Amino acid sequence: MCRNIRRHVIEMTYEAGSGHPGGSLSSTEIMVSLFFQVMRHDPQNPKWDLRDRFILSKGHVAPVYYAALAESGYFPVEELKTLRKLGSRLQGHPAYGKLPGVEMSTGSLGQGLSVACGMALAARLDGLDYRVFCLCGDGEMQSGQNWEAGMLASHYKLDNLVAILDRNRLQSSGLTEETMSLEPLADKWRAFGWNVLEVDGHDVRQILNACELSRSMKGPSMIIADTVKGKGVSFMENNCGFHGRCCTCDEREKALTELEARQ
Amino acid sequence: MTTAAQRSYFGKALVELGRARQDIVVLDADLATSTKTSDFASAFPDRFFEVGIAEQNMIGTAAGLAACGKTVFASTFAVFATGRCWDQIRQSIAYPGMNVKVVSTHCGISVGGDGASHQALEDLSLMRTMPNMTVISPADAEEAFKATLAMADWHGPCYMRMGRADFPLITGKEDEFQIGKANIMKEGKDVSIVATGQMVALALDAARILKEGGVNAEVVNMSTLKPLDTETLADSLARTRCVVTAEEHSIIGGLGSAVAEYLAENENYPLLRVGVKDSFGESGTPDELMHKYGLTAENIALSAKMVIGKKTKKRKGFLWRK
Repeated sequence: MCRNIRRHVIEMTYEAGSGHPGGSLSSTEIMVSLFFQVMRHDPQNPKWDLRDRFILSKGHVAPVYYAALAESGYFPVEELKTLRKLGSRLQGHPAYGKLPGVEMSTGSLGQGLSVACGMALAARLDGLDYRVFCLCGDGEMQSGQNWEAGMLASHYKLDNLVAILDRNRLQSSGLTEETMSLEPLADKWRAFGWNVLEVDGHDVRQILNACELSRSMKGPSMIIADTVKGKGVSFMENNCGFHGRCCTCDEREKALTELEARQ
Repeated sequence: MTTAAQRSYFGKALVELGRARQDIVVLDADLATSTKTSDFASAFPDRFFEVGIAEQNMIGTAAGLAACGKTVFASTFAVFATGRCWDQIRQSIAYPGMNVKVVSTHCGISVGGDGASHQALEDLSLMRTMPNMTVISPADAEEAFKATLAMADWHGPCYMRMGRADFPLITGKEDEFQIGKANIMKEGKDVSIVATGQMVALALDAARILKEGGVNAEVVNMSTLKPLDTETLADSLARTRCVVTAEEHSIIGGLGSAVAEYLAENENYPLLRVGVKDSFGESGTPDELMHKYGLTAENIALSAKMVIGKKTKKRKGFLWRK
């Protein structure tokens, strides 16, 4: 499934002529784990009250999100090639109310965790046992609003909130640690009162274990997933050039061939 | 004349809503005793969330609650509610069309001693430009009460502004309030004074001043800025053929601009705008500041006379400007 999702990412962004493949590829195992194992959801009933909620705070990796939604059955896979086209439900960044499965409009970085907090509070108010998952980028941790949300989540003891941080170490301008250093990230989140779980973000088993472990923990959980930007395509790996640009025709061929050859 | 603070009535309305509806949730950012959401907090502690001095997070959290079916009121001072978290309102509330009511207090220059940092003179402009946003500016406390109830029944994003000081009560319990509907407070034929917020009370005073000079002014309470009630506006203008707007806000982007936009595309009537002339405020008593910045009945009356003059000259075929 991960290979399939990656293929979609390469194809969709190539068709669109733009988009963010690098971060999409680093998030692939995380998204596959959530949508095909961890989350309680029903693509045939996207407004089901008891569904787990998912917020894509790093909204620019919409391609991997749409690929996961389509493969889950929220909408036809063929629609993926309409990404970023006029009139498409697949907006460049996720737009609420257009596409089933999208729970909130995102794209302006640093805002998703706050929304996830609100959803986690709503679950408690309604006495429902759904969980809220939020996928964050590492670069967006430079935004102060995340830390406001971090305070709120521990203050209100949001046991049902799980954030996953795609720690691929690259942002638009280059390395996060050179652009605006984030480390020690794990210590920071612990200091904010969160459970911190560190995993290899390309090892599905580790991601599943962490999600399961967080279920029994008190307070909000932050899963820091160590990843490689552009994972799966050699010339895209650790290359921040592919943060916000798609493959050329040749690159697309090479990428698809490489993905085909991988096990 | 009896006066009352809009925020006190807002607080009472929230409690009434909270009692009637389980879906009402209220958020505040360390100003609950000032915005009066504290009334709701005392009555329904489980449905009130203090977020601390973190307005951006308050807006995102409100959006998340709304996405799960809650009708959310999020309150703080207007400078913070609209300025500090404009992008959060745009991305997480207006764009997805979340059912969140951003309700601010401490609007305008009558905030007084706190000075310019706390006097919102741009909030209407900031909210009016945002797609999907309904913008309400009640004239007095009674209207603030009714508008709060009305917003709860109005699905989608809303912004409502209120003042800090006590304002004259110029509407009654029995008067109708409808979002998107302007009310004619006094009929007249010589000039339309279209006002919002506490300036409606001053517009009525201005009409009394004008009457002594033989001018019969019409006073329109434009309590919703968006959607603008252009029907009532057009009717009034058909009678008076000139207009003065009055708002406790910058003349850029608020009521004056909204009316100017309408006029520019639809009608050829002269307009003068009473409001703060593209400047920040300062410290002082509310009265001192309202006088210094020209937000008085006398100034509205003077502007009315001037705009009537423009109307006459135009009709006779003279050019107003040389």
